[in-house]
Amino acid sequence: MGATAATGPLPRTPALDVDQGLAKLATYPYVILTYVDHDGYPVSVAVDAVIDGASGTASFAAPAGLVIRTGVDISLTGSHIRPQPGYGYDERRHVTVWGRATLGADAEAGRVTFTASRAWGWDEAEVPFFEYSERSTGQSKKYFDALSVERGTPVKPKLSFGWLALRTTRLPFLSATIVPVVLGIAIAARQGSFDLLTAILTVIGAAFVQLGLNVANDVFDTIQGADDANVTPTQFSGGSRVIQYGLVSLRQMAGLSTIFYVLAGVIGLILLALRGSPELLVIGVVGFIVSIGYTAPPLKFVYRGLGEIAVAVGFGPLMLLGGYVVQTRGALSWEPFVASLPVALLVALILYVNEIPDRRGDARAGKRTLPVRFSKAAVIGGYRGAAILAYVILVAGVVAGLLPIPALLALLTIPLALQVSRGLEPNYDNPYGLMAVMGVNVKVHLYAGLLLLAGYAVVLILGAVAPSVNLFIGR
Amino acid sequence: MSTLPEPIEQLLEAALVGELTVVDSTGHPVTYPLIPLYDGERIYLTSSTLFSRKLEHIKGNPKVSLSITDPVAVGGRTDRATIQGDARVIEEDPHGGWERLLPIWEKKEPSIVYFLKARVALPLFFERSLIEITPRRALYWADGDAATAPVVSDAGKAAA
Repeated sequence: MGATAATGPLPRTPALDVDQGLAKLATYPYVILTYVDHDGYPVSVAVDAVIDGASGTASFAAPAGLVIRTGVDISLTGSHIRPQPGYGYDERRHVTVWGRATLGADAEAGRVTFTASRAWGWDEAEVPFFEYSERSTGQSKKYFDALSVERGTPVKPKLSFGWLALRTTRLPFLSATIVPVVLGIAIAARQGSFDLLTAILTVIGAAFVQLGLNVANDVFDTIQGADDANVTPTQFSGGSRVIQYGLVSLRQMAGLSTIFYVLAGVIGLILLALRGSPELLVIGVVGFIVSIGYTAPPLKFVYRGLGEIAVAVGFGPLMLLGGYVVQTRGALSWEPFVASLPVALLVALILYVNEIPDRRGDARAGKRTLPVRFSKAAVIGGYRGAAILAYVILVAGVVAGLLPIPALLALLTIPLALQVSRGLEPNYDNPYGLMAVMGVNVKVHLYAGLLLLAGYAVVLILGAVAPSVNLFIGR
Repeated sequence: MSTLPEPIEQLLEAALVGELTVVDSTGHPVTYPLIPLYDGERIYLTSSTLFSRKLEHIKGNPKVSLSITDPVAVGGRTDRATIQGDARVIEEDPHGGWERLLPIWEKKEPSIVYFLKARVALPLFFERSLIEITPRRALYWADGDAATAPVVSDAGKAAA
């Protein structure tokens, strides 16, 4: 299976023509003249050059005591850093222009004229270091491939097992599963249904589903070219990159995903055997389809702009109701469903915001996510609308008497949501500036879920110590 | 054993950046700004596998030069130097072999140890090979001005 869109290798740095190269060179206080001497060693010397972009030349006084070679390519380089004591340096940039030298005669004796022919450079203000690194992963692969051939044994980049496991599975994102499942269990407990063994098994089984999904997502995004096309991944977006970095093979990832799904299936079967709930079977089957179909053909929801809906359904109602029905042996009610809706919207917004920095690479790979399809204004408006809806549903659920009053604790996350909303506009085109915003957005979901849980903890505790206190409006 | 004149050693020890020039397969010079690390005898530079084209060039042609030209990167000193030498790539263990130079590197770029602790975030950056330069000849401009002929010293003899 090949990529669904043209995703040829991207240049490591933007193409630089001679005029641009000379223009950049002119911004440096001096340039470094370099040529290869007759012994075969490079010689470098700092000179003050006069750049003439119109004629594509530079001129400078011939350095004393050195014989500049003519008839071969020489180069002029500008290089800059800004020292930062106690840290190192920043503002890295450099440019090299190659060309030929001619030595002046008569009135121009002692001057060298350099005629430029090509240029190359990097400026971290134009291509951030992390993007430059991503664009260079092909060079790293080439290096390790050559080293492997040289040694006659595979040589690969490495990470310690713990870091590799963390990166490969994207373990910290398990909060997206734990929050709704535990909330479902808590709601069932409030209603008088709780069994510790099956509760633990449910959390573990659901976690395996998400781990399977996380790894499968990398497998199918790699197969379809989306992860390769993304040169601005962040810790929140762009996948785990372990395949792109050569840390884990595609086959190993496919195997790992299968193992996670099988483990989830086994636990699901045990829960079915223990609780005998057809509802759980339905939730499990639908959950598996949504999970694998998120990126896998033929469904590949996220490629069709349906990723948010798939995530909302999977990490909202399905996870929460799954946790709930295991405890209630299949009995359903409106309370867990209504509670799942704000959680669903907020988790979908994690994906939604995380897709913003990925949108250029996603577009190249034919992954038509919502930020790929819609304008900046529409995407930011969409965030605000969905976040408001999440809180409105929460309040409405409490007012309608479906959710307990302490569930309103989750409203405490509104300032965080506002922070995300305000941060999207100025950082929309800056993947690395958006990282902090994405981090806060993850917290909106996590904290809202934890506060909902805290609300139910209050209900459970008060139910035990003061059963006469009514925490539901209208009951 | 020191093979370079003292002022050049001081420049190497002070420099936050130097310009490594290698010769590519077509004979063209290619210049890369890198942090020079000096142990009193040889000059070391490290290169991530991400930016390893220079290593390919060195394997094809070990003749290199390292120049120290930027007064800003050497604490305001105005003298300049270029050291020509023979380079070899040390790549037995790209994952951790380079870390023996971390103490020298940290002196110039203290933040590197913090980045290294978070190597999970940028694993390929910390897959690195070493470039070891044995100096052969050094050019030194005491006033940093190319209008003055450099003082040339033959480091190769001292190293022999």
